[in-house]
Amino acid sequence: MEKNEITQSCHVLLIGGSAGSLEVLLKVFPKLSKDLLFPIVVVLHRKSGSDSSLSELFSTRTSLIVKEIEDKQTLLPAHIYIAPADYHVLFENTRLLSIDFSEKVNYSRPSIDVTFESAAEILGNHLVALILSGANADGALGLKKVKQNGGLVAVQDPATADSAYMPLQALLAVTPDAILKTDEMAEFINTL
Amino acid sequence: MTVGDDQIDVLLNDLLEIYGYDFTYYSRASLRRRINRLYLLDQFPGFVAFRLKIISDSNYVKRFVEEITVNVTEMFRDGLFYKELRKEVLPNLGTHPFIRIWHAGCSTGEEAYSMAILLQEAGILHKSLIYATDINPGVLDKARQGVFSLKHMKMYSENYIAAGGLSDFSSYYTVNFEGVKFDDALGKRMIFSTHNLVSDRSFNEFHLIVCRNVLIYFEKELQEKVFSLFDASLGKLSYLALGSKETLKFSNIHAKFKQIGHEKIWRKMK
Repeated sequence: MEKNEITQSCHVLLIGGSAGSLEVLLKVFPKLSKDLLFPIVVVLHRKSGSDSSLSELFSTRTSLIVKEIEDKQTLLPAHIYIAPADYHVLFENTRLLSIDFSEKVNYSRPSIDVTFESAAEILGNHLVALILSGANADGALGLKKVKQNGGLVAVQDPATADSAYMPLQALLAVTPDAILKTDEMAEFINTL
Repeated sequence: MTVGDDQIDVLLNDLLEIYGYDFTYYSRASLRRRINRLYLLDQFPGFVAFRLKIISDSNYVKRFVEEITVNVTEMFRDGLFYKELRKEVLPNLGTHPFIRIWHAGCSTGEEAYSMAILLQEAGILHKSLIYATDINPGVLDKARQGVFSLKHMKMYSENYIAAGGLSDFSSYYTVNFEGVKFDDALGKRMIFSTHNLVSDRSFNEFHLIVCRNVLIYFEKELQEKVFSLFDASLGKLSYLALGSKETLKFSNIHAKFKQIGHEKIWRKMK
């Protein structure tokens, strides 16, 4: 995996996914270094009302601190922030998130596109974004915006994805810097 | 083509100087997204045309304000929240001879109607008054009618059950051509009025203020100002209810309030 030369240090890692992505993260999170110099912001589609159980589940699988995003959430390195059910997540600046209860995008709230596009505008080439398994096209446009603004983009290898549609749509929208199998992801993240 | 931050500053300044709407301390990320969404939707050829429309057409400004503020809402959203209101708050409200409730940022009224149903089931609607306010006159017109789309009723009915509803949800409305019309007995206990949380003052003292998913669109400084407004509008032992991801924890008025239970409901202790 070659790193994009123009991409400077990673200030935020975004991860987006839908059907089949939870299993991937449950395999990747235990292998993450607790000394990561950047925060991870995770946007997963899930049923509204299935509240904080997701962050609790992740907490048991990683040495990083996992938090469900609240209003005006400040980001810290080596923390994992999970988008809350039924809210979009936006970047106010490089260290501050806000949440938004506006219309669904791609039938989804949280929408991956909304967060990725907002982060791309704020973080430019200090952003890394990863799209995982899913049965929805959400994330493809957002990934394209990340790439346009100089960020590094990675996509789960559709052949290894439980639902290949989302990574395939992402690959149609953008030429990725990396296509990753599940067991390659932790190393990719730890060396950013 | 997008509307950049400098251009947004120009628009916000126009809106403040000409129309008195102050969006300066709204969270910029959401504002930027919604202004750009409207700019594309209304197909302006360029920023100058967009600005000119805003400066010269007060009817368009109504649309602008309605579109850049978020008016998405639901009946009985977050069942546990309403259960907690029912169990912990309403019994205390019921001890007052007359109950005043303020829904700040009520949008099209779904939450105010949900509250009226709760009060009805607690047997205290007859002595309650719900003041429902919003910055947008347009959404208040809708709220006043009490007519909602039939397509949401299945979800609202499920929400109502999750909120511990005591009756058959459909007994509260009748279905007609335009949608479903809620019982007049509910609407009679509501007063709808425009109120701008940014610029308008306290207008009464309340036993409960409900302001859910409004403060998420404000920067912290503005949130602080609104919290002071709420504090000034609440008597001792009154309640303040916020959205499920909002908190009073970091505000200056926090020391006066105590959170009850796990939901975002606080009681004013001093």
